[in-house]
Parts: sequence; C-alpha cells; structure tokens
Amino acid sequence: MVSSVGLVFSLAAPGLLGGDLAAQDAAAPRVAAGDSALERRTREVASGLRCPVCQGLSIADSPSELALEMKGLVREQLAAGKTPDQIRAYFIGKYGEWVLLEPKAEGLNLLVYVLPLTLVVGGALFVIRYVRANSEKRNS
Amino acid sequence: MTTPETPAPAGMNWRRASMAGLVALPIIALLAFGLTRDPGEINSPLPGKMAPDFALEVFATGEPGQQRAVGDTIRLSELRGQVVVLNFWASWCLECRREHQALTEVAADYATRGVKFYGVLYNDSPSAGKRWIEQMGGQSYPSVNDPRTRTAIDYGLYGAPETFFISKDGRVAYKHIGAVTDQLLSQKLDSLLAAPGAP
Repeated sequence: MVSSVGLVFSLAAPGLLGGDLAAQDAAAPRVAAGDSALERRTREVASGLRCPVCQGLSIADSPSELALEMKGLVREQLAAGKTPDQIRAYFIGKYGEWVLLEPKAEGLNLLVYVLPLTLVVGGALFVIRYVRANSEKRNS
Repeated sequence: MTTPETPAPAGMNWRRASMAGLVALPIIALLAFGLTRDPGEINSPLPGKMAPDFALEVFATGEPGQQRAVGDTIRLSELRGQVVVLNFWASWCLECRREHQALTEVAADYATRGVKFYGVLYNDSPSAGKRWIEQMGGQSYPSVNDPRTRTAIDYGLYGAPETFFISKDGRVAYKHIGAVTDQLLSQKLDSLLAAPGAP
C-alpha cells in the first residue's frame, strides 16, 4: 500500500533534486523536440496516458519528473517508428490498463460507457411516466 | 369541485419500494466495494512475467561480501540462476528510511545463500544517494543509478520505495509497494530459494 506521505514526496521530489540529475539529462541523447508534427503526435499519445505519481493527470499535463520522462519515451518511440497502439501496449505491459486515462470499451469496461447512458435514459423514462401518470390522475 | 382521493391499493407501496430498492442496491453495493479499495494501489501486470533487463552503473559499493566497484555495470541478464531483490529508493523518500535497516540486514544474511540485493536510485542524484547512505550508517549491498528513470518506467514504478523479487528463472515473483519488513523479506526469499532453479 502506498502511503500518502510517499505519494506527496513522489510529487515533491523533482523540485527537491540537486544539479546532478539535470547534468545527466543534458548529457543524455534526446530526440529533438523541434519537430512540430512529432510533438503533436507525442501530445496525442501522452494525453491518453495517466501520470503514475499524480492524481488524475495525463503525462502530457503533469510537470513531474517521471511524467516528463514517460513523455520523452513516447516521443522517442514515435520517432523510432512505433505506432501509438504499440506505445500504449508498452505502457499497459508495465502499469496495466490503469495507465489508460480512457479505459478500452470492452469486457467489464463497457459498464463505464453503458451504465451512465442507461441511467440517464432510464431516469428520463421514469420521470416522463411519472408526470404522465400524475396528469392523467388529475384529469380523471 | 374536487372528488375525494381514492386510497392507493395496498400492494402499490410495496411495488414502489421494491423498485427503488432494486435501483439503489447495486449502486450502494458498488459504492461499498469502492470503499474497500485503496485508490493508490495499482495491480502490477509484471508478477509472473520476465523481469525487464537492465544495465545500470554502480554508484554506491555496498559492503564486503556483496561489494561492487563504483562504475561497474550490473546486468540483470547476467544474474540468471540467482534470486535477485531490486529495491527502488531515493534520498527524499521517508518510507525508505523505515525499511533501510531491514533491507541491509537481510541482504547481509542472505548473501551467503546466493541472493543478490541491488538498490536502484529513483528520481535522485547519486551524490544525494551517497550522502543518504552515509547518514543511514551504510548499506550492505550495492546501489545503481537509473538515469532518466527508464528502468523505473520499465518496472512500472509509481513511487518509492518499491521492491521486486526476481526468481532464479528471471521472472518477477513478487512486487512490494511501500516499506518492506525483515519478516516479509525472509518469507519471500525462503520460498524463492526453495523453488527449483532456472532451466
């Protein structure tokens, strides 16, 4: 079980780090971020992947160190010719389907898509029937 | 002129109540189930699968018996046939302080039985990691640096500390989130050592 302290520190850590990590990052090879088409595709894929150390943020929106590295990995994999599906499959293999901000519409996940619609339609039908029944009662 | 209202049939209220119950019960059951779950706990798909390989450089040597020189490269693929414990830690992580003693003592105890312990520095700098080890009175096993947290991502990490137990055949046998205890370490290691080795 992850303690709240651990999570808070996971979030706070990037801001606490010294210069060594920045130096490592500068030295490490990176895919050039100047390619706007690549950046757009990176953002598309990254915005569907959940940041593991945040609360409900995608790795595209999170400023945490881990999310930035995950986004960098997405960029590198796209540049290497991987498809968005292959990249998503990689992250699912590591974090499970939890990593997808939007669950796949299959199996039990279908409930997430079907249930709200069913409740809205069912509720509307119930209200219509109730109002009709009441007005008929009043008329009679 | 209004006509006096006729009373509803006695069965009507029961019908309504059971309808309401039918709608409410699954929702209450769903919410109750949700309350039993820890939203911070994520099921890892890794246990049972081959542990992701890595080649990471040692930045903290460990103590005699498990010592590796600074700059040595640790490759998981070269450790096949041995039980390996990977502990992801950081100097900024409070829970890591809590588990440090258990890890360092159990690692020393099990070194003679062929168990390899490695610390993997997560989202931290080696200099801060070294200072932390000194402050904590040493670490019996070596620690490696994971630049750009790529190994952490490969292991599906979402915080520190997390500990992975890798069996002799190179599979992730168990993943522990949070601080480990000496009892947990011994229990898991004994069961992994008793299991048949790599083919």
